[in-house]
Amino acid sequence: MAKQYETVIGLEVHVELATKTKIFCGCSTEFGGAPNTHTCPVCTGMPGSLPVLNKQVVEYAIAVGLATNCTITQYCKFDRKNYFYPDNPQNYQISQLYLPICRNGGVEIDTPAGKKIIGIHEIHMEEDAGKLVHDEWEDCSLVDFNRSGVPLIEIVSEPDMRSAEEVIAYLDKLRLIIQYLGASDCKLNEGSMRADVNLSVREVGATEFGTRTEMKNLNSFKAIARAIEGERARQIELLEEGKQVVQETRRWDDNKEYSYAMRSKEDAQDYRYFPDPDLVPIVISDEWIERIRKAQPELRTEKLERYKKEFDIPDYDAEILTSSKVLADLFEATTELCHKPKKVSNWLMVETLRLVKENDMEVEDIDFSPENLAKLIELAESGAINSSVAKEVFEKIFKEDIDPDKYVEEKGLKSVNDEGALRATIEKVIADNPQSVEDYHNGKEKAIGFLVGQTMKAMQGKANPGMVNKILKELL
Amino acid sequence: MANIISDETMEYVGILAKLELSEEEKKQAESDMGRMLDYIDKLNELDTTGVEPMSHVFPVNNVFREDVVVNGDDRENILKNAPGVKEGAFKVPKTVE
Repeated sequence: MAKQYETVIGLEVHVELATKTKIFCGCSTEFGGAPNTHTCPVCTGMPGSLPVLNKQVVEYAIAVGLATNCTITQYCKFDRKNYFYPDNPQNYQISQLYLPICRNGGVEIDTPAGKKIIGIHEIHMEEDAGKLVHDEWEDCSLVDFNRSGVPLIEIVSEPDMRSAEEVIAYLDKLRLIIQYLGASDCKLNEGSMRADVNLSVREVGATEFGTRTEMKNLNSFKAIARAIEGERARQIELLEEGKQVVQETRRWDDNKEYSYAMRSKEDAQDYRYFPDPDLVPIVISDEWIERIRKAQPELRTEKLERYKKEFDIPDYDAEILTSSKVLADLFEATTELCHKPKKVSNWLMVETLRLVKENDMEVEDIDFSPENLAKLIELAESGAINSSVAKEVFEKIFKEDIDPDKYVEEKGLKSVNDEGALRATIEKVIADNPQSVEDYHNGKEKAIGFLVGQTMKAMQGKANPGMVNKILKELL
Repeated sequence: MANIISDETMEYVGILAKLELSEEEKKQAESDMGRMLDYIDKLNELDTTGVEPMSHVFPVNNVFREDVVVNGDDRENILKNAPGVKEGAFKVPKTVE
């Protein structure tokens, strides 16, 4: 019988914190500026510059630690991790090795076999590196330090996951918690959340772990799932052939669906950590922790309960809406404006999610304003526009966040509620379609649908369907 | 000198520090490092049971900045320190992983 293997997975998740400034200097963290326009002597590692810690970084790290059931390290400090690479201007990264800010936590995930706790070994604060672009024309690399010094937390899990599904469930859970806290937007495609996968395989029943590899460059949930399947298969094949798995870092190529060993010239993984003498220790008092705990925003479970109580929407809607901070915020803000929770929920759950899917976006990318959705709902509910026009206008809101009042006015999309005008049109439709009228009188209820259609066509889709029906029946 | 630094160790430290040393410099560095380790051995003679490891020499903690942007675009000045410049970026020898 073929041997049965078990996959053992631990994750290192890097999350870029949503601070306005970098971790050790007052440069902006804004994404997408021209190269090196958000830099200073500190984040470019100039000799003599001194880092000063951004307090908000500590607060976000504590908030994430509390929300993931960690113990906060009340006396903590920074260490230097030494390595040479051009994206790292100081030749060391300021990180935490000996006293990470959070330890011994965990989050609960749902698996087909029931609930399971994924342990969190530690969460530490560190700085991001710059960005390297390899120049195709000249034999050189170009370095942009805008990202250098952007604050990160690295969340290190225990090797508690056994499948790609568990990994995705864990990442989803972390992402939701962090987004709810407002500590990061956690966009995998923009790199504000990045996961490295540590994976080993062992025979089912074995108590020792196998040799693990670390995989990098995973920028979507799909890539993570594929990389896990690929690496599991590669390691099992090695073992079956009687070979050894080599402990190494591998880079996943999602197009080729294969990972490659990353070999640097001398392969020296010796970081010679030591305490950073430029930064003084951080002492976190009980009061400080309590203050952050009290200011903790409502997390998903609480929000879900509140939605079920406060709003007249089905439980299913509440589940979907609270599954993303962006959707929940949009739902609450829009409902606040128009007081029609079920209508808001319908627009978000049906049209919005459909457009997200069709455009291959993530829910986090939605950026229309609640004001415009609320206005659209008013327009549709008052009968000022009919439902097909409303859908058309919504697509414009989704894509360009247009003001629906103005748009409907400019494009002349208002429903015709003028009974006189409608009556005249319908009279003409009846006169032009004697066959349908006869069919209707002979009991063919469907014939009326055709007449409604003809009327809508004559009115360029702007008639109020309720009124058309009413007048038609009356005239027939 | 109690601590002897082997040629292999010297080679390895050289790689980590990205230093290419001449034979003469290597001998000098081996002797310097041996003496440094001797001094550490001396410190190790002290009984430090129950003494908290010190992580900073100043009795100061919690030095923070508020999260407010104070730096503007100073690219021109920053790039004066670059070994080379291209398209607003630091130009460096090609690095391939």
